[in-house]
Amino acid sequence: MKNKMKIDDVDVTFSVGETILEIAQRYQKEIPTLCYDPRLEPFGGCRLCIVELEGARNPVAACTTQATPGMVVRTSTDTIEAYRKTLLEMVVGENREVDVSPLRGYAAGELADLRDKYEINDGSITGAISGTNKVDDDNPFILRDYELCISCYRCVRVCAEQEGDHAINVMNRGFHTQITTEFDGLLKDSACTFCGQCIQTCPTGALGDKKALRHAESGLQIPPTELNIEKTRTICPYCGVGCSVDMLTKNEKIVGIHPAMDGPANQGALCVKGQFAYDFVQHPDRLKTPLVRGDDGELHETTWEDALDKAAEGFRKVNATHGRHSVYGVASGRAPSEAAYLMQKFIRAGFGTNYIDNCSRA
Amino acid sequence: MSNPLVDMEKPDVIFCIGTNMTECHPVAATGLKKAVARGAKLIVADPRRIGLAELSHLYLPLRVGSDTALLLGMAHVIAREGLIDEDFIKDRTTGFDAFFEHISQWTPEWAETITGVPAKDIETAAMWYGSGNKGAIYYTLGITEHICGVENVQSLCNLALMTGNLGREGTGINPMRGQNNIQGAGDSGALPNNYPGFQAVTDPEHQAKFKAEYGREIDLEKGITKVTALELCGDSIHAMLIDGENTLISDPDREHCEHALRSLAHLVVIDIFLTETAELADVVLPATAWGETDGVCTNTERRVQRLRAAVPPPGDAKPDWWIICQIAQRLGFTGFDFNTPKPIFNELCRVSPIYAGLDWDRIESGAYQWPVPYKEHPGTPRLHEETFVNGRGIFSNVHYRDPAETISEAFPVWLTTGRRLQSYHTRTQTGRAEGIDYLLPEESLEVNPVDLERWQLADGEWCKMSSARGSINIKVKATDRSPRGTVFASFSFADVPVNLLTGSGYDPVTHTAELKVCPVRLEPL
Repeated sequence: MKNKMKIDDVDVTFSVGETILEIAQRYQKEIPTLCYDPRLEPFGGCRLCIVELEGARNPVAACTTQATPGMVVRTSTDTIEAYRKTLLEMVVGENREVDVSPLRGYAAGELADLRDKYEINDGSITGAISGTNKVDDDNPFILRDYELCISCYRCVRVCAEQEGDHAINVMNRGFHTQITTEFDGLLKDSACTFCGQCIQTCPTGALGDKKALRHAESGLQIPPTELNIEKTRTICPYCGVGCSVDMLTKNEKIVGIHPAMDGPANQGALCVKGQFAYDFVQHPDRLKTPLVRGDDGELHETTWEDALDKAAEGFRKVNATHGRHSVYGVASGRAPSEAAYLMQKFIRAGFGTNYIDNCSRA
Repeated sequence: MSNPLVDMEKPDVIFCIGTNMTECHPVAATGLKKAVARGAKLIVADPRRIGLAELSHLYLPLRVGSDTALLLGMAHVIAREGLIDEDFIKDRTTGFDAFFEHISQWTPEWAETITGVPAKDIETAAMWYGSGNKGAIYYTLGITEHICGVENVQSLCNLALMTGNLGREGTGINPMRGQNNIQGAGDSGALPNNYPGFQAVTDPEHQAKFKAEYGREIDLEKGITKVTALELCGDSIHAMLIDGENTLISDPDREHCEHALRSLAHLVVIDIFLTETAELADVVLPATAWGETDGVCTNTERRVQRLRAAVPPPGDAKPDWWIICQIAQRLGFTGFDFNTPKPIFNELCRVSPIYAGLDWDRIESGAYQWPVPYKEHPGTPRLHEETFVNGRGIFSNVHYRDPAETISEAFPVWLTTGRRLQSYHTRTQTGRAEGIDYLLPEESLEVNPVDLERWQLADGEWCKMSSARGSINIKVKATDRSPRGTVFASFSFADVPVNLLTGSGYDPVTHTAELKVCPVRLEPL
């Protein structure tokens, strides 16, 4: 038997354990959230997802309330929207800034988007700033700009639930709540592995991609609020897990990496290499021109025509002198499969041997 | 991997052996951490007290190179305690009776004498793995980089077969592949024994098929492995085409390797940097890198995924496939007139039964795990669900063998090598990523604090480490991660070339080097 309930006067079905928020999202209802990350256990901290539940005295948080048969829920009434607007005004009012660079992280624009949707003026309520920036943390990857923190605990929870690292803690209570590490120290002295998941789940940019911001501001001269970042879906170049990432580019430069939340192998997770070690691609050491060893014994720059002719000529000569079993091919475990396929075809179709291997034995 | 990555959250009992997953496959490790948080039992066997060991319920600190003994001892206990899956053995396997007889002699007490792991812990590990409903095995190079790599893997297969831990959710035998497309390179036929799609070259039918495809007859005999080829350089091998591998730093016994490459009449290297290996080449061809190339890669769970170009390459760098085509065309080879990667991948799919249902467009969202034998096939997240590809699962009556070299008066310390979270292989990439140095500026030798005094070493000071093949200088770091008598270093840093020392032996079947075991001597500098 299917479980049924009503959302905004429409009959909907659900499975046991589903929350009102999950069901509403399945039916394309737009319920605002700030502390919600679908990968994490529901938290119910920001109260923005409150909905009207028939028979309940007060609105309930849609993210933490599991559906029961016969429930009647309204996701957007005048009263509910007024509550949400007030809550957002208070959140916006205690933050130093709301418009942050999208380079800070995948979710960094969530607060600004909601402020715009609810047409809140930044100055409608002015509260004291509640967090204190950790300016002495000189790590190169994670910006700790806690003046933008709204205590949604997404960073604490992603570190504990998704990563299992428990590097991020909460210090103090109430207004003095501060996100930090054990003993309020540096990230490098904590259990932090610099996977960057905290910066990617932060909805305000309080935790930000320091490396992307640094590069954008210096080398690339992109203003921090530049919005036209292009994204290209690809796969991380490091280990064999095959995490999906979105490569962020601007003016033909790689400016950062976002984990792909729908990546089939990683579901939004990354490690320090995949998150931060991307800039080898555009490093000045990259080979740009073919090289050929000259009579002086040194490698010299040359044209593709010359280099390819010499490459082919060498194989022709060795084959002619020593026979087809004197040529060997080593394919890369790093290059795409098309390269490996053609490398084996080069050896097999070209020389008729199986003198081919890849780099998996070392 | 026999099972998909999502299964890592599903087992009741997880047995990790020879895998430093939190450092080498950190994202995969998050799945295991979730399983443990949910209540799964975690058994970790590793000579070093690695991150996974800290998370485990049972840690088995075995001596380097003693895996087969440990696994034989576990098989003995599982059989003795009647924890075998009789239906699975009857329906799906062959050779159990002989195996049962074989393992009766390999008691946990015997295994203790080889491994140093207390017999009672071996018993507990066996009892847990044998009595779980869903038991999953994960391993990496700690199993394969030994002279007995094949026996180690066979021993793990024995455990899974006798307990029926195959072909179901949350079970399986799961090797974690170390490079982004090392699975794809093998799938594509870059192996001396297999055509694309793991079709054996020794099968005349396959030979005929590829003769028709490629227009010439290809040897029916297997080729030689890269290890053998390096040994024969200057002897019978005179030319090499190497794509994207820093052989000199990543392979064992660097001096031997450098000598081999130098003795070639012709060496062509395709790479993105002028690596130590490229520096020896006669022709160096600059390739496009990740983010500059459209293509396909296959991950450790056999998932076929698209790589996409986002930025232009520097200077005149060209895609690897284009470079190989150009050389081939100049040699008059046919079948290399490609202008884009798409028809190359589609040709690979056409000739490979495991990719037969795929093409460039179908893999757009990465939804398929091979084998995908025909177009309507949904892919195969889990192998061996109904049957094994080769019929029945075979029990292997393996024997323990000592490593190629064992500690002696001259070389009294075990060195084992591996990788670290923050650096990747020979650092051609991570060494050029800004910020990584903050986390890991240099290599160091991990030594148990108790051993420092014994060997007159000091934490943070340099020492000389020598093996039968050479010596290097390396800074000492005292840590309980290393057990007494065993030290660890990674091979990532070119200024601490640990692979000058390694290379004591190779697995006779796979030719994988015994990089995990190398007796050394340590002296203060």
